[in-house]
Parts: sequence; structure tokens; C-alpha cells
Amino acid sequence: MNLLRIAIVLALAPPLLAAEAPYPSTYQVPASAPVLIRDATVLVGDGSKLEAADVLLRDGRIAAVALDLEVPADARIVEGKGKVLTPGLIDVHSHLGVYASPGMMSHQDGNEMTAPTTPNVWAEHSLNPNDPGFDTARAGGVTSMQILPGSANLIGGRGITVKNVPATTYQAMKFPGAPYGLKMACGENPKRVYGTKGAAPMTNMGNVAGYRKAFLDAQEYVRAQDEFTRKLVAWESNDKKDRGDRPTAPKTDLALDTLAGVLRGEILVHNHCYRADEMATMLDLASEFGFRITAFHHGVEAYKIADLLAAKGTCAALWADWWGFKMEALDGIQENLAFVDAAKDSCAIVHSDSPEGIQRLNQEAAKAMAHGNRAGLEIAPERAIRWLTANAAKAIGVAEKVGTIEVGKQADVVLWNGSPFSVYAKAEQVWIDGALRFDRSDRNSWHQADVMLGMRKEVTP
Amino acid sequence: MIRRLFTLALALALALPAAAETVLIRNARVHTADVAGTLEGSDVLVRDGLIAEVGKALVAADARVLEANGRALTPGLFGGLTALGLEDVSAEIGSVDHAYTPGAVMPAQPLSMRPEFDVAHAYNPASMVIPVQVIEGVTFTLLAPSSMPGGSLVGGLGGLATLDGSSIDLLPASRTLFVALGSGASPLTGNSRAAQFMLLDQAIRETRGALFEGDRLLTLAGRETMAKYLGGGRVLFYVDRAVDIRRTLAFAKKHGMKPVIAGGVEAWQVAAELAAAKVPVLIDPLVNLPGNFDQFGATLENAARLHEAGVRIAFTMSGDSSHMARKLRQAAGNAVANGLPWDAGLAAVTANPAAIFGANDRGRISVGQRADLVLWSGDPLEVTSLADQVWIGGEAQPMTSRQTLLRDRYAPKR
Repeated sequence: MNLLRIAIVLALAPPLLAAEAPYPSTYQVPASAPVLIRDATVLVGDGSKLEAADVLLRDGRIAAVALDLEVPADARIVEGKGKVLTPGLIDVHSHLGVYASPGMMSHQDGNEMTAPTTPNVWAEHSLNPNDPGFDTARAGGVTSMQILPGSANLIGGRGITVKNVPATTYQAMKFPGAPYGLKMACGENPKRVYGTKGAAPMTNMGNVAGYRKAFLDAQEYVRAQDEFTRKLVAWESNDKKDRGDRPTAPKTDLALDTLAGVLRGEILVHNHCYRADEMATMLDLASEFGFRITAFHHGVEAYKIADLLAAKGTCAALWADWWGFKMEALDGIQENLAFVDAAKDSCAIVHSDSPEGIQRLNQEAAKAMAHGNRAGLEIAPERAIRWLTANAAKAIGVAEKVGTIEVGKQADVVLWNGSPFSVYAKAEQVWIDGALRFDRSDRNSWHQADVMLGMRKEVTP
Repeated sequence: MIRRLFTLALALALALPAAAETVLIRNARVHTADVAGTLEGSDVLVRDGLIAEVGKALVAADARVLEANGRALTPGLFGGLTALGLEDVSAEIGSVDHAYTPGAVMPAQPLSMRPEFDVAHAYNPASMVIPVQVIEGVTFTLLAPSSMPGGSLVGGLGGLATLDGSSIDLLPASRTLFVALGSGASPLTGNSRAAQFMLLDQAIRETRGALFEGDRLLTLAGRETMAKYLGGGRVLFYVDRAVDIRRTLAFAKKHGMKPVIAGGVEAWQVAAELAAAKVPVLIDPLVNLPGNFDQFGATLENAARLHEAGVRIAFTMSGDSSHMARKLRQAAGNAVANGLPWDAGLAAVTANPAAIFGANDRGRISVGQRADLVLWSGDPLEVTSLADQVWIGGEAQPMTSRQTLLRDRYAPKR
């Protein structure tokens, strides 16, 4: 038996039998001179804080973090005294580009509301990079984000993780090596969208029946693929004379291919889900089919099951204070993030779901921190910053690459004019892979999306 | 006569909070939102629901003393244009009362306007949404009728509500007629904003007695309501695009209306005209992205530029303004972070909205004003500061809501 051949066959089998993932990233790390940020307070992202530390960015990476680094001859010096350096902020829940500004009819590209289960659609194929929201988010210190389909469907499709750089194609933003996410949705949205048309699902139990049907089909699909792989391996290893016809590959199904990716643990599940009871049901659904829910999104009742979430290793990506806009959001409280965070081995995340909120994730975290502290939790800024850096990176599967200021990681960092946990905080400089992508002091350098050009005429009498 | 005096006395007694105690708030950083600016280490004496004295080293034998220890004291905050007490859960039609939309339930209705639609008749002072805002310092709001699909560009009548949990009546001097213009309201007017002024013009002619062959827009009550507002009444126009704001100013002037601009995303572009006409503007200072083609001038510096030009500004949230009324303070802080002087930021959520809507009894900390006050843990515009105590009409508000009850029920055990 030819081991190499078997390896090749196995590698080729799932998914799509393609040699290379389709729609590949073309993101390039631009060449940039080394930068030494000196004497800054560093919120590392892992829960720790360094005072008067130096951070060296070189060749797109964090090259050194220490007190009193020697100044490399070729480095540009940035004075960080009195300022705060954080990892680049990460939003795990954005719809930038799939609901691009201006919010016109033709920009409603986030919900494929033609069937309740559409794992075949990919958010990247809706992603319009010409959305001015990317620029305003960058000015708020956001260096990476996951862009998801909307929540009209039980299974809404694949999300995409991007680096927040100006680009004319989404491929040029696509975060190299980041896994795909799958958007799923509980509760009111799917049952309203379809139920009001007299179609399934109309109820929460209809919702769950919908997920189960989809994953039963996916299990069958995986079995067929595995069976084919086994047969193919056997066929390859048999004598060429009498092994008969090559086994026929099962037909590739775009929808089931995505769900198969979930069952194989290659695609991370991001589940819009508000109520505690519904989250518990979804955790059982995941157990039933043997997959993990990486993160619940919105989870306004996550605080009611903080221990369960921590025990399951499921993150909760939350707002600081949204509530009351629908029944499933009725029990939102401002201590939600802090209470979820308080559980042992928790993974609390500040997310936006909003082109306004993504510009001030730091303020959202500050509000949550303040309410947690009033409730007696004693949350320090170095802990709270994890909610929008390391924990977020973990949830979208890029924790090895970004999310903390540690040597070897990609140089996505933000220098703030003071504590980021303030309404007056401003991101002064934003580096992505070591390249300065936003400099507040140079207004003319701010990137403007194509759509903004020639639009801002003043009307004078 | 005696009976009438008694009734008057009773009415006055009812107008004041039931259990307003005499309180001396000592050693506060008093942000007056008035010409006095900020008074360090000052005392405020609250008596009979009003601010009785402001100064240093005040003495009042009958007062309960509250040591502020240098904490910030502000007037109670404005909640913006909201549906507080008019909606509980936004997505549940059965709990929402802020819009008259016969077209949404009975399609193909002839186009009509009901300016006499008055949200005052729906206001529920006991709504669970209200305490959630009050404990964050919000003490008054302007109830705003909405122009929604199936409704009319003339949304109806709104007014100022005091969020003390019991007052039902809206402040008489605050009554305001609401009109929606521009892109958002275009589907209500045959898909053109040009038709908005055409239809308003028709309504005004009807009000003034012109006869029409076709369908009338207004009922008799509608004509009476319009007549009131044509004679110098306050009319709030939702309008964003700079040129539309200019047209609105001209329209209001021509017809004797006292305009207030709300939305005003591009208002900074016509700031000089607004200042010259002394027309106030309510904006959401967080809007910096174009939601549509009326908003390409959106900028975080809108507030600062309007203020600099001498326009009186106040803040209101876009989106879910009722549940998020408490976020207005954060919006004000962001306006300050983007160039607005701090005092102007506070005034935009206290003194200015009170003045714009004719509430001369509140919005400032000065003698004779209602004692609607908030004591803060820190800078009132800072996101990490929280309200420690709120008074409305001199009455200390319970600092609880269903959210604090949920908090207490589910707090992690330590």
C-alpha cells in the first residue's frame, strides 16, 4: 500500500475535492519599517499589564516586548508615554460589507431569506469592501472582524474573517489561515420570517426540528464521503488488473459540505441565540450530532447560564446594554458580560453587530466593566481588554496569530491617547501586520471608501 | 369660590411629588447647566420638590443631609425623542402605541393626515422601561409620535413627560406637532420628497378653509390642530439633508410655525442659517455613516460645528431611542470627545432640550427649578460613571428596575 498515495487521496477527499480552498485570500502584508513604541502602558490581552514597556514591531510581527529595549538603528520611534497600547480590537460579529452603507435596498445582502436553511451561501460572496464602515471601524481600533450572514435563517451560511484593511476585493482582506464560521440563529427571527409566510419554522420547536433535519442530512453526507474515501483507498491499493472501475465520488452538495465541515470540526459554529433555555437546547443539539458551538452571539440571557457556558467551553459574544427591542431581549442586563466573565474558564466577548458599535467596542467594554465593578466583581482594565482581543481571537480561531501583544504574533496593535475604557479615548495609531493603517494626527491620510468620494458637498446659501 | 380655591390647592398639591422631603446635598461638584457653570464644593437645598438654595455652607435645620463628597451633581437628564411609556417591547405591536398606521392594517386607504393623533392618550407612566432609564439619570423625555409605514408624514402630537412613574399629563407648554420629511418618509408620500411639501401645502390650504374636489387630507379635528400650530406653534421636522433643512426653514417661516429640526445629519452644513433663524436642532452625535442619500455629510463633529456656529443643540438617539435612552449620556460624551465643549455637552441633554420644548421649570440647577437631580459616581458624561442617586421633583427615586432585580437574582455567588 502506497502511504503517500493514501495521504493524497485523504487530503483530496473532503471538502469539494479541491487541491486548494476556493476563493483564496490574496491579502499581502505590506513592507514596513520597524516601529518601536516606547514607554507605553501595555494591556497585553492575556489579562496582564506592563507599565512603561517597549514594543518592537518588525516585518509584520511583534518582535520584542520588554522594559528598556535597545533602540534598533532602523526603527521609527513612537513615544508611548502616558498612552496605552492594546492588541488590535477584534469584532466577532459584524455585517459590514454585507449591509454596506449607505443602507440602500441593493445593499441588503446579508440574509438569503429564501429558505430557512442555507449553509450553501457564503457571506464573502456578498461582501462589498466599498463600505465606509470599515474605515470608521479602523479609526476605532478594529483590526480584524468576522463578517456573518444575518439571522433570518436557522442556518444562515458561512462567515468570513478579514483584516480591516482598505481593499477593492474581499479576497485582499481575507484573513489568511482563519477558519470559516457558520452562522446559526435561534428564536424569534427565523420563526418570524418563515412563520409569517405560513412556512416552517413557525415556532421554537419548528426551529429545532429544522436544525436536526439539516444535521441528520449532514451526517448521512459525511458517511457517504467517508465510505467513498475508504473504497477509493482500497481501490488504489488493489492490483490494477482486477480492481474494477474506480469508485464514483458522491455528488458534492454545497450546503451539506458546509455542515460536514462543522461535523469535522473545521468550521466554527457561531450561534445567534438570546435566551438561556434556547442556548441550553442548542448545546444539547450540538451534543446530539457531535459538534461544538464555538460561541453564542447576543446571548442577552447568558448570565443565567454562565457556568454551563464555561463548562462547555462555549464563548458568549455580547452587547453591553442592548435590550427590550423584542421579547427574547427583554431580560438583558448591563452586568451580562461581567457575570459571564466571572465563571471559571469563561470566554466573554464584546461584539457589535452594528456599524456604530464597532467604532467604540472599547466604550462598550468600559460600560460592562463599570457595571460589573458596581456589582462587586473588581474587573481591571487588563482583564476587560480580553473581551475584545484574546477572547474574540479564540472564538474565530485565530488566537495563535492575533489577540495579544506577544512576541511572534502578528503586529496588530493600537495606541490609545489614554485609557481605552473612557468615552474620551481615541485610537491615535492603528497598525495591522506592522503597517500603520490609521494615524489620527494626519487627517489627509485617512482612507475614504470610494462611495464617499464627491458626496460631501456643502450647501451654502 | 371657596370650593374653587380648594380645588386649586388640591391641584397644586397633586402637581407636587407626594413625599418630597427637604434634602441638603452637601459638598457636590454642581454642574448647573446654567450661566453659573460648574460650582465646586457647593451645596444644593431641595425643599417642596424645588431647588430652594444653591451655595456654599448652606444650613437647613429641617433637612436630611446627604454628603456628596465632591461627587458630580447635574440636572436630571433628557431621554431624547422616545416612546418611553408608549412601548414596552419594540417588536411586539400589541405593546407599541407611538404611531397611527391605519394603512398598515387596512391597505389602500386614501391618503390622510391625522395631526390630531396624540400620543398623550397612550402614555403609561408605569411602563417597566421607564425605571431602567431613570436609575441612569434620565428624568424627562419628549414623547414622539412616529411616521411609520401605513401612517402619515404628519405623525401627530407629542410632548414632554416627567418620568416620576405617576405623572400622566404631558407638560402643556411642550406640546409639539411632528412632521417627517426626506428619504425616510418618502414611501409615505408617493415615493417623492417633492410630494411632502405638496401635501403639507394642501393640508394648510384645507386648514385655512380652501375647498377641494377630491379627497380631503384632514378631518375637522385635524384642521383645528393644524390651525393651532400654524399660529406660532412648535413643529418638529425630522429632516437630514442640508438642502431639505433650508427648505424646511423657509416653509416654517412662510406658515408661521416655530420649527425644531430633528435628525439633522447634515445640519452643520447650514449651521449659519439655523443660527440666524434661531432654530434648534436635535441630533444623534454618534451618526457618522450615511444611512441613505440624505446623510452623506454625516460627521462626528456635527455637534461641535453647530454649537460653534451658535445653534442651540440637544441630543436624541437614533434607532431604539426608548430602550437606549440611557445611552444619550454616552452620545454626549462622544460629542465632547469630538470637539464640543463639555458644558455644551451637558446642556445638550439638560438645559437645551428643556428650553427647546418650553419646559422652563427644569434642565438647570438654579433656585426655583424643579429638583430633578442626579448624583454621579464620576464625570457624568463618562461611560464608567454611574448614577448613585436620582431625584425627580425632590423625591429620591428607588434605584431599582427589573434589570437590577434580575442582576441580584443571578449575581455570581462568591
